[in-house]
Amino acid sequence: MSAPTLLSLRDIKKSFGAVQVLLGVDLDIKAGSVTALVGDNGAGKSTLIKCIAGIYQADSGQMSWEGQPVKVANPKAASAVGIEFVYQDLALCDNLDVVQNMFLGRERKRGFLLDHNAMEVAARDVLTGLSVTTVKSVRQPVASLSGGQRQSIAVAKAVMWNSKLVVLDEPTAALGVAQTKQVLALVRRLAERGLGVLLISHNLEDVLSVSDSIAVLRLGRLVTQVQRDEVDSQQLVELITTGRLRGELASDALRQAGAAAQSSTSGIEN
Amino acid sequence: MLPVLVGLVILAVIFQALNGNFLTPGNLVNLMVQGAVYMLLAMGMVFVLLIGEVDLSIGFIGGVAGVIVATLIYGDAGNPWYTGIACGLLAGTAIGIFHGLIITIVRLPSFVVTLAGLLAWNGVMLIILGNGGTVPIQDPVIVSLANGVMPSTIGWIIAACLIVLFAADNLIADRNRRRNGNAVRAPLMTYVRIGLVAALAIAIVGLCSVNRGNFAPVTGVPWIVLILLFFVITWTVLLNRTAFGTYIYAIGGNAEAARRAGIAVGRARVLVFGISGLMGAVAGIIYASRLRSVSTNLDGGTLVLYSIAAAVIGGTSLFGGRGKAVHAILGGLVIAMIDNGMGLLGLSAATRYVVTGIVLLIAVSVDALARRGGANAGLS
Repeated sequence: MSAPTLLSLRDIKKSFGAVQVLLGVDLDIKAGSVTALVGDNGAGKSTLIKCIAGIYQADSGQMSWEGQPVKVANPKAASAVGIEFVYQDLALCDNLDVVQNMFLGRERKRGFLLDHNAMEVAARDVLTGLSVTTVKSVRQPVASLSGGQRQSIAVAKAVMWNSKLVVLDEPTAALGVAQTKQVLALVRRLAERGLGVLLISHNLEDVLSVSDSIAVLRLGRLVTQVQRDEVDSQQLVELITTGRLRGELASDALRQAGAAAQSSTSGIEN
Repeated sequence: MLPVLVGLVILAVIFQALNGNFLTPGNLVNLMVQGAVYMLLAMGMVFVLLIGEVDLSIGFIGGVAGVIVATLIYGDAGNPWYTGIACGLLAGTAIGIFHGLIITIVRLPSFVVTLAGLLAWNGVMLIILGNGGTVPIQDPVIVSLANGVMPSTIGWIIAACLIVLFAADNLIADRNRRRNGNAVRAPLMTYVRIGLVAALAIAIVGLCSVNRGNFAPVTGVPWIVLILLFFVITWTVLLNRTAFGTYIYAIGGNAEAARRAGIAVGRARVLVFGISGLMGAVAGIIYASRLRSVSTNLDGGTLVLYSIAAAVIGGTSLFGGRGKAVHAILGGLVIAMIDNGMGLLGLSAATRYVVTGIVLLIAVSVDALARRGGANAGLS
């Protein structure tokens, strides 16, 4: 509760023609914590993050960044604000090496020519800082890396540009057990370094093990945003599928339980 | 790059065994000159292939450039050679950029746009040539681009400069990498690299210094070797050491990732087609220079197919993202060797086509197998 709120969304609505995808979503993301966004297929998760990324424009609603109203017109504007995205398909070039990928589009130069040395040093520093130790050489092509390593590189690429909020879309979807652990540990380290993390995932086990707060999206509405220790796996499934907890509206049930999360989601009921 | 080097050695051994004249200094120098047009075209093609596109038009872009140069400098009242060349190069680059713009703005496949270019620029070339069908070139400077030689002494000086530059560049780069704690290749490897380049430079100039004339003595390094060197160095630096070069590889590897990284993919694509147009024009001018004329016989279609073959034989991938400027030199050399060797054996053009086709197939197969093996080993 003490950490400052980085990004807050109020009443975000988005429809594509006659199809209303987001019917007024409120969401708060705090610095130094991992906020998970969960929901069934079609709940509107992808649309919501695309609105944050500036790929889509919300039809209505307010978005504020560090307390100030902000408008994200395009992906470049998002990264200028300090929001970086790691998409499911990673957006890495297999034929380039780790350093080239991390600096792609923002190369360091000396005159006309690339400063390979400085970039290599910086890339290594970032990876070391994030305790990504499994990548042997930053000069190997990304094609030769494992899924977990690739994910780590994609995350490192996202955080090395003074970003304050990193949005991770299904970062563990294609990974094995050990690699999932690796990536989740990396996600925790990001939060420990003071970054805000928005984690979109279908894997509730991952969500429960790594996040501080969990936002549940259902049919275009935010059902609730709860603290991690207020729910267990069973309740989370119930929230995602029915939008209710023990047969009551989620927000009411949690209010009765005296949930602290209320203060941040009070916008829902009025 | 190893397969093509092995291929070159095998070809040399076979042709030498069949005809003792193949590995004579005169013929080897001839080989470099004969291969020059393919090499220059293939350099343009490497760029286009790197971003996963193809340019079928560069042969006739060369034809148009050649005919522009020949026409501009023709006759007593003709323009000086540099005006002609400048106009030819500009025209080639402009045509390439024009193709790139259509491909990018209208979002058409490069195959179709440049196929249209192949036909249309062939027509333009014929229109400029007019009824005569041939424009001779007499300007000594332009003729000597492909036919002239520099004295051996100058050749030695240039070779020495290049060896020193290459050695210094490698050693300084290694030292800087070590100082920054970056991965460095073993010092021995660097010395071997420098040694190989030095040996190659010395061999080429040495070869050119031997008298290869049948009647009057002929020695010296052909100017065309210097032209090739200039382009291969320029393009290598562009690809390896500039942001634009990285973008070219990135677009070929994953265009969507490049776009998300904020790279202006469309602009880069247009520039790449500009480069291929430029190289088409350079090749066309050299072609005209070698024949001392431009005529309706110029077959831009075959030239293009040979240049694609040269790039691929040299090791550039048809699917984008993998390739180097030097591949054009190696592949062009293979093609020239087959042409030249089969010619020495008195074999027909028909046989030459068959053999070139087979070599191309082998090259692509070796590449595909090597890549699959590499992928299995996690190395590709």
